[in-house]
Amino acid sequence: MTAPIETTGAEAGAQPEAVLAGVKKSQIEGRSLTQIAWMRFKRDKVAMAGGVVVVLLVLMAVLSKPIQWVFGLDPNKFNQDLIDPALLAPKGGWGGMSWEHPLGVDPQYGRDMLARIIDGSWVSLLVAGGATMLSVLIGTVMGLLAGYYGGWVDSIISRMMDTFLAFPLLLFAISISASVQDGFFGLDGLPLRICVLIFVIGFFSWPYIGRIVRAQTMSLREREFIEAARSMGARGPYVVFRELLPNLVAPIIVYSTLIIPTNILFEASLSFLGVGIAPPQASWGGMLSNAVDLYTADPQYMFVPGLAIFITVLAFNLLGDGLRDALDPRSK
Amino acid sequence: MSDEKAVSIPQQSGGTQAKDAGADGEILLKVTGLQKHFPIRKGLLQRQTGAVRAVDGIDFEVRKGETLGVVGESGCGKSTMGRLITRLLEPTAGTVEFEGRDITHLSTGALRPMRRDVQMIFQDPYSSLNPRHTIGTIVSAPFRLQGVTPEGGVKKEVQRLLSVVGLNPEHYNRYPHEFSGGQRQRIGIARALALNPKLVVADEPVSALDVSIQAQVVNLLDDLQEELGLTYVIIAHDLSVVRHVSDRIAVMYLGKIVELADRNALYKAPMHPYTKALLSAVPIPDPKRRKVKSERILLKGDVPSPISPPSGCRFHTRCWKATQICRTTEPPLLELRPGQRVACHHPENSEDQAPQDTELLTEARQAAAELGKSSDTSSDK
Repeated sequence: MTAPIETTGAEAGAQPEAVLAGVKKSQIEGRSLTQIAWMRFKRDKVAMAGGVVVVLLVLMAVLSKPIQWVFGLDPNKFNQDLIDPALLAPKGGWGGMSWEHPLGVDPQYGRDMLARIIDGSWVSLLVAGGATMLSVLIGTVMGLLAGYYGGWVDSIISRMMDTFLAFPLLLFAISISASVQDGFFGLDGLPLRICVLIFVIGFFSWPYIGRIVRAQTMSLREREFIEAARSMGARGPYVVFRELLPNLVAPIIVYSTLIIPTNILFEASLSFLGVGIAPPQASWGGMLSNAVDLYTADPQYMFVPGLAIFITVLAFNLLGDGLRDALDPRSK
Repeated sequence: MSDEKAVSIPQQSGGTQAKDAGADGEILLKVTGLQKHFPIRKGLLQRQTGAVRAVDGIDFEVRKGETLGVVGESGCGKSTMGRLITRLLEPTAGTVEFEGRDITHLSTGALRPMRRDVQMIFQDPYSSLNPRHTIGTIVSAPFRLQGVTPEGGVKKEVQRLLSVVGLNPEHYNRYPHEFSGGQRQRIGIARALALNPKLVVADEPVSALDVSIQAQVVNLLDDLQEELGLTYVIIAHDLSVVRHVSDRIAVMYLGKIVELADRNALYKAPMHPYTKALLSAVPIPDPKRRKVKSERILLKGDVPSPISPPSGCRFHTRCWKATQICRTTEPPLLELRPGQRVACHHPENSEDQAPQDTELLTEARQAAAELGKSSDTSSDK
């Protein structure tokens, strides 16, 4: 790794005291690995594009309610006058596109598609983000424990991962989501559905990241800086959190950005199967699910949420790939 | 420990502090019968089917202010020995006493105060520094871990340490990847010195460095010993490095010390055949002298497996002087000359310990014959 270093200021041979006096003014600045990775990332145009799209999507999700309010969009307002009662499809071509409804309206009810896409974005990203965080949290802790302590701790955790990976996840998720009734944990309606989805997706995908963290930990554990820390009297927790974890940040970030799209798709599939987000709340998967029944009459209805999912997943994947290249150039 | 042995004054350490301490002969570290066997486990139930006898019963002591060099082939247990005396590994048997205190089986917590006095310099400067920490964080880690606040603050002390080892104190904020191998090793040395230790164990401190850098680091270690009155245990396989820095040298073979002697005695008149073979392998950089002295002894084969070491003397499978007794009886480490302890039945440069046993083993006869042949051919030239 040869990063250029800006060296200006005091010469190497200066007296310590003199040098100390000049420390604050000095221009010497070390570049951390993070800064170098960021420089590398900035050069990768495709990844930058993915990153920009991801940032916009996150902004859209976080600000979805204010955006709807500012532009006067209402995802749940029926516009029966725009629906052809015979076909149940929107009047006019392209799914009823007009200046008033740039992405058209949905069939049967005539709700504004743009509003529904925006309103669905926060659900998708919240579920995917929450599930990713949960799985990264569990996976990192389990992987660190298994990799650092080894022995029977490793055996137990590794067998646990195998068990989780052997579960027929989709069937399991469907049955859990379907069996959870209103009133669980004092939650009901939409918050409950979101929590259940985050839990199901996050809890069953932690072994993937757990294995990566375990393998990395096992290889790092043998490095001499771990021995150096122990020779100075460091205990297990110090070694794990101060010495090992900083070295695991890069793979964890990369892996997180790569499983977010998977989780978005998973949420969409669950909503598609009718066990995810319940109507009337707009969700991308739910819209796709409705569209299947009506695609002959209104193909646009399938196209719009599909495109939204496609763009999101692609952007996250490009970002993740770029991050991997930037953070770990040797993995190419 | 005889009085004559304690007379040896560290030769290269001119500092009065170190000299006095060496002359006092106060024992800083004492190792008796130290063993480390790594279990080999097999099968579903992880039954122990054998053990790698990495270190198999060694005795030595390190006196204040001296430098003990430990040499030997790869896999002879040098590094394991270093990790045992710093208690990074738990000994299987034997005792390690530091300043008269038995530290063999102390727990991590109880060891903590001792960690201040015993520090380690590691072999690979590329893996001994955490790549995600700045130099400041790395060098100040000992203070944080030991809960010590040096005078004038941690930052100032770290910068002082950096200048002591010859680095620019302003490099405080840089990361290890911005330094060369030699500079990194200096950072490792600064970290080891941070708590002002009494004993520094250096595990092959220069073997990962360029030859041109090796001298710098070795000289730095020397200078620091002079200034700070440090005691070193330097593990190395480079005999010229060991010769340069050590006061006494321990030669290890397959988990045992075969010879332990003052530097000059060892290099002038090695007693153990293995030591002789090792010394003969040191390249002579002067072509004129090379012609005169060309008795290179080539040992045949590899070091036997430490899982099932040879019976009797462990060197008998490769020794050109081995007789029947070497196969059956393990030679004790005896002081055959003041300050020179050897474990051999038929030592060089000294009287035979088993004169009645003259019949060479078959392998030894072959080895001896080849030795004669090769020295003949070389003298022909």
